[in-house]
Amino acid sequence: MSSSHMLPQSWIGWCALAVGALVLAILPFYVPSYYVGLTTVAMIAAMLALSVHLLVGGAGMVSLCHGAFYGVGAYTVFFLSPEGSPQPTWLTLPAAMLVSGLCALVVGALSIRTKGFFFLMVTLAFGQMLFTVLHDTKLGGGTDGAYLAKPILSLFGYTFDPMSLPRSQRSFPAYYVALGQLVVTYLALAFLLRSLFGRVLHGIKLNEHRMEALGYNTGLYKLGAFTIAGVFAGAAGHMWSLQSGFVNPELLAWHKSAEALLMILLGGINSLAGAIIGAFAFTALGEVALSLTDRKLLVQGLVVLLAVIVLRHGIAGIRLRDPRRWLQSIRSSGKWPNLTVRKPVQEARQND
Amino acid sequence: MIDQPILQTEDVSRRFGGLFAVRNVTFALAPRGLHAVIGPNGAGKSTFVNLLSGQVQPSAGRILLRGQDVSGLPAWRFPHLGVTRSFQRTNIFKSFSVHENVRLAAQATRVFGKDIFSTVRRTAHLNDVADRAIERVGLADQRETIAGILSHGAQRQLEIAMTLAVEPQIILLDEPLAGMGQDESERMAALMGGLAEDHAVLLIEHDMDFVFQVADRMTVLVEGKILATGTPEEIRRNAAVQAAYLGDNDVH
Repeated sequence: MSSSHMLPQSWIGWCALAVGALVLAILPFYVPSYYVGLTTVAMIAAMLALSVHLLVGGAGMVSLCHGAFYGVGAYTVFFLSPEGSPQPTWLTLPAAMLVSGLCALVVGALSIRTKGFFFLMVTLAFGQMLFTVLHDTKLGGGTDGAYLAKPILSLFGYTFDPMSLPRSQRSFPAYYVALGQLVVTYLALAFLLRSLFGRVLHGIKLNEHRMEALGYNTGLYKLGAFTIAGVFAGAAGHMWSLQSGFVNPELLAWHKSAEALLMILLGGINSLAGAIIGAFAFTALGEVALSLTDRKLLVQGLVVLLAVIVLRHGIAGIRLRDPRRWLQSIRSSGKWPNLTVRKPVQEARQND
Repeated sequence: MIDQPILQTEDVSRRFGGLFAVRNVTFALAPRGLHAVIGPNGAGKSTFVNLLSGQVQPSAGRILLRGQDVSGLPAWRFPHLGVTRSFQRTNIFKSFSVHENVRLAAQATRVFGKDIFSTVRRTAHLNDVADRAIERVGLADQRETIAGILSHGAQRQLEIAMTLAVEPQIILLDEPLAGMGQDESERMAALMGGLAEDHAVLLIEHDMDFVFQVADRMTVLVEGKILATGTPEEIRRNAAVQAAYLGDNDVH
């Protein structure tokens, strides 16, 4: 195992991802515009889930403050570009990432010393503080939230106006911006997890005490991961405001963090692709649940519970059996099972 | 002792609640040679190693490394100062390969700043350091094996390779032989003898035959206090040690 198992292990994995991106790229031309919007929402959720994966899958840190950084990213757009005076994306996106990153740096610096359950509680407290600031004051439109001017899609002096498109295609620009950002987010995090930094995070996840004894300042690495994850959550929040043109305090609430955690649990906690799969599956699940009943959360909760029990490694952990092994097992049925080294390897990995 | 000691403790104590695990220990480790610390269960040997490697902070007294006070420094600083340790319970990354385990150890004190974001492939120097350490402990032919499926003895060897990858001056070994067979023990004795030629090695060990065979100096710890320090021959003849530890009933 010379490369991290966070990444596609083979060219098949990379091909599957490329095909997925390609399908998303042509999707808007074949489905009603409602589903274009829904897929955009799913892609934004996937970005948030990817950034949570860096914490949970990468470093083993479960945070309930992550949704707050997402909301801070969205609100940064509101403060910069209130209704009536839109600003270009080349200003709002870096600003949202910077502000979210700074929030994550401060919250992280104050909570990183705690571990496990206590880390969960401390981050919950900080997240709810940020939520309360926007929920209980008039700062950001209060409880009801506020409309904002969607940032103008402009880069290098070239400006694109969605209103120039026919009515049926007005949701396309946000869709493709989200798709582009999702691809960039995935590649950036895949690279990060493959780097030496990612290896250190993985070591911390497995045995933080040992990493300290080896000479790693684990607190600093964890703070780095927390801040980077906050930056990406802020970028996802920016995408939300670009897509919806609306912010409300619920974006910062701890439910948002919990939702993102459920997504990576559903999709598979051991791979980056699992975060994307989980986000799409969770969004689709919510849609199906809504069409069946008013109790959407109840259905989502039960399905996730079932999925976690049945699929220990999430949707991405489902493996088609190697046909050769399948043949072998037919041939050897009736004989005593022979012990190969495959099994202990897997056990060793699971027991870790 | 011609050389100045490389690592010293001055009146170091460590209390857990009302209990002294280590009490007023003044100790010196020479820059070369194998210094064994022995003592009955609960004598404070492990706490003593934890103090020397920064895992535990002293309640009183000072720890001096090359004359500098290092008491109170966080544990992660010690490998950067040339002090590494192994653990009593095997403490490796079981899902990583042997090479990955050792490379992770080599990386800790060598990669900083933006280099941390480079990929594993671009770090040939880390691979070289790791390979040297793996070779030295004799695991070269199991380089790519997943650590979790190694034999117990090989896991202990890997643990030592990880301490070597830091290229330390001081190596603290907390019961490296625990659970090892006879053959493996002999190989480990040869390895330690080699290490002691160019390192300061502090060894905690239960196996008395082994200790008397490899140690250059010995310290006996009983109830957190030093009972005696000297060459193995001096320790063997020391009446107080015999009474307290070696279990020679005739002395009573």
